[in-house]
This record gives sequence, structure tokens and C-alpha cells, in this order.
Amino acid sequence: MVLVFAENTKGNFKKVALETVTYGKKTAEVLGTDCAVLTIGTVNNAGDLGKYGASKVYNVAYDGDFDSQVYTGIIAAAADSLGADTVIVSHTSTGKSVLGRLAARMNAGSVAGVNAVPTNDGTFKVTKSVFSGKAIAAYEVKSEKRVLSVMGNSLPPEETGSAVEVETLNVDVPQGRVTVKETKREEGIVPLPEAELVVSAGRGLKGPENWGIVEDLATALGATTACSRPVADSGWRPHHEHVGQTGVAIRPNLYIAAGISGAIQHLAGVNNSKVIVVINKDPEAPFFKAADYGVVGDAFEVLPRLTEAVKKMKA
Amino acid sequence: MKILVCVSKTPETTSKISFTDGGSEFDTNGVNFIMNPYDEWYALVRALELKEKAGGSVTILNVGPAANDAVIRKGLAIGADNAVRINAEPQSALFTAKEIANYAKSEGFDLVMFGKETIDYNGSEVGAMVAELLDMPYISFANHLEIDGNKATISRDIEGGTEVAEVETPFALSASKGLAEQRIPNMRGIMMAKRKPLTVVEPSGAEDLAVTVHFELPEEKSGVTLIEPENMEELVRLLHEEAKVI
Repeated sequence: MVLVFAENTKGNFKKVALETVTYGKKTAEVLGTDCAVLTIGTVNNAGDLGKYGASKVYNVAYDGDFDSQVYTGIIAAAADSLGADTVIVSHTSTGKSVLGRLAARMNAGSVAGVNAVPTNDGTFKVTKSVFSGKAIAAYEVKSEKRVLSVMGNSLPPEETGSAVEVETLNVDVPQGRVTVKETKREEGIVPLPEAELVVSAGRGLKGPENWGIVEDLATALGATTACSRPVADSGWRPHHEHVGQTGVAIRPNLYIAAGISGAIQHLAGVNNSKVIVVINKDPEAPFFKAADYGVVGDAFEVLPRLTEAVKKMKA
Repeated sequence: MKILVCVSKTPETTSKISFTDGGSEFDTNGVNFIMNPYDEWYALVRALELKEKAGGSVTILNVGPAANDAVIRKGLAIGADNAVRINAEPQSALFTAKEIANYAKSEGFDLVMFGKETIDYNGSEVGAMVAELLDMPYISFANHLEIDGNKATISRDIEGGTEVAEVETPFALSASKGLAEQRIPNMRGIMMAKRKPLTVVEPSGAEDLAVTVHFELPEEKSGVTLIEPENMEELVRLLHEEAKVI
């Protein structure tokens, strides 16, 4: 059996959880088995995960702080009691904190950040992006037990079934050793790793007071804003908006970059974007080589024009 | 405080990535190798700062062949006290983690540090695995760390924000940007590094359960379509009708 851990944020399942359930269902089909889904803590409408392929949804009551040891204990115990040999989590800050622990606990072969449904012709194979997006690697998992984490935006959530019942699962919940004092999250925006549309800007914008035109375009598109490293390092924008090698790696459907030259460290964080639009007044900017669409022009003129054109299309 | 910093050797960010033998092996020809930046800039430097403030020792550990000694010596030149190399060519995260844990379990480290991921396989797995094998709490993506006695306060990256957590030593963490600032080794450090102990330990022979079998390069972009800066209606039309992303 495949067991998917569907993580929640304040009791709700975001797109990344639905994608992971869809991935779990497709993996279960490849393996000729069912896909059960585990939820932890107080959650809303967990039965709706059945629509995305859960044959059954289980819930373990634990509303304490996030502690990778506690979550690993719960997930491993659930896999054990349900007889699941394949455990799938999302490749998020939570999923990445438990994936390695689960692999060590279960002595399972693991692949982190898979981007396509596995194949199984006697050997279990699955692919992921490596070398910061410069290559794709196929892995073979040799062990009977496997753990995978699914990269966000790798496949769309698919509604194929209907809601299922939620069953409470009684497992031993280990004592945690981590106390969470504070969680600061910007409300009302899609976090960058999950964003489908991203509008980003760099030093070409000249100062934080000029970000209005970036935010206007993002609002018109329903996109999340991002920035280059120098912009975050100068404190023009918050650290969590920095995309690139040392910042957040993203894979949106559309990445619009204005006033960013496209250093290789920046590309390492964005080159898994499906479509890249580069706006730069320097026609020699290296970013144009990685772009699908390019506009050689001044961001201060181009961005407002693009915002108007988007509004017109949506009207 | 006794600190262990686990470091990887990775190709430099600007390296051209190619493969040999029909895509089965990474082509190391002409590739310049460095210490994984997250391990060096953030984990190692923060470990050194903690030692400078409160005393103790910083050990760096690498699982790899003798060719990795140059990278390990750089860590000693930056300021680590001693180094351990587990003499094996790692093929999987769990192999690496088991070898690290096997060495560390009897050493009594108060803090075991990792970079948040390597820039080659981008897995973010080994730190969590070692924490599990050593039965330690694990805080991932730490961007700030203060330790007072045995109590640590850590700020970590989460999607779209940060989380502040408290934990007691011993524990493991992975380092992201912000934890420290890169240090460049000076001549004195480089000279001293030559005399610092680098112990080679033979592997215990853990099994590889998941291995790479094939590599491919992503499809090349077909080239950029340029749009006149005056004609943003055309860009919107292309994004809507041709690329179908808005």
C-alpha cells in the first residue's frame, strides 16, 4: 500500500498537499495497490482528499508543535500499522524535515524532490531534477520499502473520485523535544515554492520605493512577488522573497524577471520555470539566453504597460 | 561545546554539467570541485563563531575518497580544529548518513551541523537521516542560531516566512542563508591547516538502497522571442494563447 502524508496549514490542505495525494494515487496505480492518506492534527474536510485519489483518509490526533521526530514517529507507526511499503510526502520545509528521518527509521530507499510518476517494470524507477536544474536523474530504488518527496508544481491536482470517510488512527505519539515559539507567515499570498505565477525584480529597479510597479503587475496577474539576491541583501525586500541558488528554488508556470541580469546563481533557482519572460534594457543581459520571451526596454515603462495589458485581457 | 560539521564536495555552481557512457556517469572532466556552499558559508562559519564565543571544538567530516582532502583542508584553513574523512565513494544519502552516524555515535557531539542541501543532488536528506540515527532533534533550514548553555533558539525558513523554535543540546540542524557570513581563509590559516589532524576512517559498509542509474540534460530552450517594449498587448496574447500560462 502507498501511504501519503498530506500536510495542512492551520487545518487546511493547500495545493501542494492535493498534488502529493494525486501523485500518491498515480504511484499506487503503477504498483497495483491503494493509496491511503494520513493527516495529523485538527483538519477541515479531510475526507475531500478522496476526490484526489485517497482510498481512505486516516487522522492521528496531535496538535502539538512541529517536531520532525514526532511527525516521523507518527508517520512510521501509521505506515507500519496499515502495512504501507511506500510513503510519500511533499517536498516542503515540513516534508524535507521528515523524509530523511523516515528513510533512516524504515531503512527505506529514498528519493527527494521527485518530479514525475515512477515506473515499475520489475525495478522501481523515478526521476528528479539535479545539479540545480541543469540535469534530470533517474533513480532506482532497490529496497522493498521506499520513501519519496514530491516537488511542488510537478503535476496538477486531479479530481477523479469522491469524498471518503475519515478514520481516527490510534498510534503512539512520541514525546517532542522542540518547542515552537513563533510562526511568522505572510498571510493572503501563495508562498513562492508553490506559486504558479511569479513576478520578480532586481537591482534594475533602483530602490525599494519603486516596487509599486512590480506589485501592481503581480496583483493584476494574481502572482507572487520575488527578487534577486542583491535586492534581498540590501534589505529592499524580505529574505524569503529571494529566489536563486542560496534563496528559494521555484518552478512556476510563468516567471517574469525585470531588471535582473540573470547570473548563473539566479538561474539555478528559476530554471525549472515552464515559461520565462525577461525584461531588461541591456540586450546583452545573459538572462535573455534562458528566456522564452524577452523585452529589451526600461522596466519603469514596460512593467506599467504590461500591467495595463493584463488588466485589459482579464476585463 | 563539541561541534561536528558535515561537509560535501560539489561541482562549482558555474560548472558545465555533462555525462559519459550514454548518460550513466557524471563527467568530472574539467569540473572544478568546491566545498558545498551551504556547508562552508553557513554551517561551518556559524560553528566557528560559536566556538570562538563559548569554547569547545569544531570537527569537519566528509564521506569521500582521498581526492576530497583538498576540500577538507580548506575547511581546516577556515578554522576547523580537526577533520575526519570516511574513506568511501558515497552513492546514496542513506549510505552517507549511516557512515556519519556510525562515526559520530560514540563521539558525544553537542551539535551536528549540515548545509540545507548540496548543490549537486539537492536532496536535503542526510541531515535528517543522521539526526534520526543519532536520536537527536533536528531543525532544518536554520537562518539564525543562538546557544546559551544547553538551550538553543533557532529561526528557520518556512514557506513564505520564518518559524522560531527552542531545543536543547544535543541536536542536529541544517543551515540556510543568513546563519553566518562566508569567511575567506588567510595565509596563516592555510599554513596551519597543513598541520591539523585529518583522520581517515574506513567505512562500515552500509548498503545503497536508492542509486542514480541514468542522467539526462533538460530540453534546450528554442530561443527567445523578442517583443517590442511598446507592444505589451502582444506579450499578453502570446502568454495567453501560445504559452497558455495566463
